[in-house]
Amino acid sequence: MLFSFQRLKALINKELIQLKRDRATLAMMIMLPIVQLMLFGYAINMDPKHLPTAVISRNNTFLTRSLITGLQNAGYFKITQTVSGDKQEERLLRQGRVLFVVMIPDNFTQNVIRGQKSALLLQADATDPTAVSGAVGALNTIAAKVITTELKGALGFLKNAAPAFSIDVQKAYNPEGFTRYNIVPGLIGIILIFTGAMMTSLPLTREQERGTMENLLSMPVQPLEVMIGKITPFIFIGLFQSLVVLFIARFLFSIPVFGNLSLLFGCILLFILCNLAIGFLISTAAKNQTQALQMSVFVLLPSIMLTGFMFPFQGMPQWAQNIGRMIPLTYFVRIARGIMLKGAELQDIWPHLYPLDLIVIVITLFMLRVYQNTLD
Amino acid sequence: MTELAIDVKRLTKKFGSRIVVNNIDIQVPKGKIYGFFGPNGSGKTTTIRMLCGLLTPDAGEGTCLGYDIMAQTQMIRKKVGYMTQKFSFWDDLTIQENVEFTANIFGMDHVSERTREALVKLGLQHRSDQSAGTLSGGWKQRLALAACILHQPEILLLDEPTAGVDPKARRELWDELGRLSEDGMTILVSTHYMDEAERCHELIYIAYGNLIVRGSTQQVIDQTHLKTLE
Repeated sequence: MLFSFQRLKALINKELIQLKRDRATLAMMIMLPIVQLMLFGYAINMDPKHLPTAVISRNNTFLTRSLITGLQNAGYFKITQTVSGDKQEERLLRQGRVLFVVMIPDNFTQNVIRGQKSALLLQADATDPTAVSGAVGALNTIAAKVITTELKGALGFLKNAAPAFSIDVQKAYNPEGFTRYNIVPGLIGIILIFTGAMMTSLPLTREQERGTMENLLSMPVQPLEVMIGKITPFIFIGLFQSLVVLFIARFLFSIPVFGNLSLLFGCILLFILCNLAIGFLISTAAKNQTQALQMSVFVLLPSIMLTGFMFPFQGMPQWAQNIGRMIPLTYFVRIARGIMLKGAELQDIWPHLYPLDLIVIVITLFMLRVYQNTLD
Repeated sequence: MTELAIDVKRLTKKFGSRIVVNNIDIQVPKGKIYGFFGPNGSGKTTTIRMLCGLLTPDAGEGTCLGYDIMAQTQMIRKKVGYMTQKFSFWDDLTIQENVEFTANIFGMDHVSERTREALVKLGLQHRSDQSAGTLSGGWKQRLALAACILHQPEILLLDEPTAGVDPKARRELWDELGRLSEDGMTILVSTHYMDEAERCHELIYIAYGNLIVRGSTQQVIDQTHLKTLE
């Protein structure tokens, strides 16, 4: 049989028509590269800026004021708090409200002028090692520049000497700067998204696809019963997975859990519920398993990119942060890092816990409204 | 006047702007086999789904076993057995698991005993661990029927139960329906086979969502000049 262009044309045409009618796939294919490009191009900032910083100034002179202005203007730091010490800065770090604390010691100006070494103290939340190394470099450059600029007039002669200061870095929570410290807590979250959003939506859409849903719904069952019945096994699977990850993290990678284990598992349970709700939502929207899978990928992708799981959250532009604030993983990453690496307690993680609660409640209520036990 | 198991009036269902079931009245007397006759796409499945609460009618009113078809669907579901056109039990569960599941959903007591009885009656007790998906078409259909009457429903709704089933199995199914009817069960069965229609006590003939004719089987056959192809 000869190759027929007529047949080929008919075949291509058929594929195009089918593709055109499969709106979900088409939208996905168009949107995915655009979304990816936007994320990689704009949102993901490997060279983060405006990272929240607290300043403790024990020395109020023209030089230190100028130094603080310099920090403010250079762009790497964003001074959100001025604190007086008294362990206040420790709390800010633990809660994740600031990533850095810059401490200017007593007599800093006097020591610089006298040419005696004086040290700026940089306390850093080192759970994210990339952000820290940038901060050290930035602080060094800024301080050197400010000092050389400010030393003029009678003090001008000091300019030529090497600036008499140093920077002491205190890396809190992850002194060795292990990237895995940063990744593992969030990885629990990513795995739970797989289990929750993806693995839950599949069996539900399978019921619809195979027609068994019709049978189930013709029986005297309540929507809530179906929902709980579908969800319960996955709650246990999710808890088990978390346990495995924590176990491996502890004994293979020596990643400790400093905080309360039951608090951690309480938060994990909440996050599992959140993802199961999303999975259920997907399954009510998807017509078949393929669509459900595609939709789950759509949930997963921004969760990896925009939540601070891989790249520093505060380093992203504002609009990307706003999207990130709507994604549950954003809060879970902060909670898990807080409890595991910083030993955070309930009051420390509360600012991240209540948005997660809110998301779960909203999705669940919405779903109970949407989900019917009819085929309409 | 005979007591009615199903009594609905002006039942209407639209999908978008398309009227699938148009203003149909159905009165099914208790204990009878009521045939729902018509070509493919005539609205038989949609009507049956509305009767058991799977679809909400756009218009119409009525009762099924005395329960309102709009408001009391949950009660109706408990007393009705519905056998879907396509095998809709769980392929990945074993025969026994499917029956047990059904018994539990209907809140039956002595589930394992009742399951065993049902399997013996089916003649599937030796294959109870076989997954339902591996059964042949005829056996799947027998399993589905057994599971649908497990909770002893007062009404049995069957949507083209003999589609894709060999003649012998078809005859056996109709013999079984006859026995169930003699025991007092009301049966509503949709079909597009004339010989099956002839085995019903009463018939309703619908085409494209509209009621064409109703009455006793003989009346319908006489009025429509339908003939059995023999």
